[in-house]
Amino acid sequence: MTQDELLKELYDATLVGNQPRVIELTNEGLNTGVTPETLLFDALIPSLEEVGARFERGDFFVPEMLIAGKAMSKALEILRPLLAETGVETIGKFLIGTVKGDVHDIGKNLVDIMLEGAGFEVIDLGVQVPPEKFVEAIREHEPDVVGFSAFLTTTMPMFKVNINALEKAGLREKVIVMVGGAPVTQEYADSIGADGYAADASGAVKRAKELIHQRALARR
Amino acid sequence: MIDSSINSLSVSDGRVLDIIACGAIASSVREIAKRRGWSVEIHALSALLHDRPEKIANEVEGIASRLISEGKWVAVAYADCGTYGEIDRVCSDLGIGRLSGLHCYDVFAGKTMIEKIFDSEPGTYLLTDFLVRSFNKTVVKELGLDRFPELVWDYFGQYKRVLWLKQGSDPSLDAKAEEVAELLGLPLEVFETTDSGLEYELEKLYCNNYADGGTVKDTEMSLTAGSTW
Ligand code: B12
Repeated sequence: MTQDELLKELYDATLVGNQPRVIELTNEGLNTGVTPETLLFDALIPSLEEVGARFERGDFFVPEMLIAGKAMSKALEILRPLLAETGVETIGKFLIGTVKGDVHDIGKNLVDIMLEGAGFEVIDLGVQVPPEKFVEAIREHEPDVVGFSAFLTTTMPMFKVNINALEKAGLREKVIVMVGGAPVTQEYADSIGADGYAADASGAVKRAKELIHQRALARR
Repeated sequence: MIDSSINSLSVSDGRVLDIIACGAIASSVREIAKRRGWSVEIHALSALLHDRPEKIANEVEGIASRLISEGKWVAVAYADCGTYGEIDRVCSDLGIGRLSGLHCYDVFAGKTMIEKIFDSEPGTYLLTDFLVRSFNKTVVKELGLDRFPELVWDYFGQYKRVLWLKQGSDPSLDAKAEEVAELLGLPLEVFETTDSGLEYELEKLYCNNYADGGTVKDTEMSLTAGSTW
């Protein structure tokens, strides 16, 4: 199999969430000299982006997203140590969690995968994360970005509660706040004083990069 | 996306209220209307739209606009249902009413009770009679658990209990609810709601359309929300 063929097959296997085949092809690629970056940026990430696009168009639904995400995450487990060895600096640290009272986490987990794939160090606090736990984790990990995820009308107000908690703890200026989840809009994000919002996982990566870049420029 | 399995109903010779109803509650709406002797015509939309809530408002708008242009009186038997305010935009544009609350759980058990349920255990997965009855189709199949049973943990791994908001007394549902909880690997709790919450909401819609001068105050109605809980 040529490198192009392998990348194409890896792309296709990820798209349909064929986990065993994704693991096999990732290992095969590495054994035949394909770099971890090539596997990631020329097959895995574009494939998951296509999964997102198909979800948007209504061609895929949640299970298809889930199995594709899980397959990619298995490949990332193999690639992660190798990418670290190459000495590529992480783009930034991203702390994320689903807000208190909410147990939806599929969207958040996909955001994790895409962020990791793009070179972020991701710390995921899980679901039902209370404000004090976010505060504590921000003190401990000093992330560049904190992301709050919510899916219920009743849990969205926790974004503002979390932001208030960060202000009270004197951390608000130290960290970029991003919000997301099915009910969230740019308007809502603006109204609660978040720094950024994204409608999907690829958008979250793009926006986080932009915000980190802007902050770096502002600090110069 | 009309759900043809649920027939429309027209009672009595009075003026008919056309109700655009979510498939998950359409049969309850029909039962209540029959019990109360209301003249209604029910247009049931597929309950599966809940998984694509961004489509609900458009579907409702299409049917409601057509009915209004035919001179019909229209009401919407949907709560917000994950449209995040879009259904309110449609209702206010067309001057029609909907069920209050965020979803049918609010309608059946009352908003305050649902808040209490989630406060006491956020990892609660709610069932209604409809969900118990249709679980294989609306949840197992839709979430791909038939094709990928291993995903049950990804979906429900963070949940701590299943709570069935039980409206009716169909004994065949008891065993089904147990089966659902077992499939999800969670304990089952039952909370009897009856359908009076829905009846109360429908009465408001019905009276608002029929009363002279429009709005009828809650106190003028025979039912009191929360009477059974
Ligand atoms: C799958 C699902 C579930 C699964 C959740 C499994 C899990 N582990 O997450 C199950 C079946 C368990 C479930 C349960 C419930 N659900 Co639910 N669920 C959905 C459904 C169908 C899809 C959500 C989803 O996973 N989408 C796929 C992901 C990939 O998309 P996404 O979530 O939008 O995520 C993307 C973006 O939002 C963004 N993003 C996400 N997080 C973040 C964070 C940041 C920082 C950024 C930048 C971006 C970002 O990137 C993601 C990836 O692209 C939605 C309806 C819908 N179509 O939205 C209802 C929905 C969200 N659920 C709803 C409800 C009501 C419930 C229940 C209360 C129902 C019940 N019977 O008990 C419970 C919740 C109980 C609780 N305690 O939380 C309602 C919410 C309505 C409302 N007004 O609040 C919805 C809208 C359904 C509806 N139409 O009524 N649910």
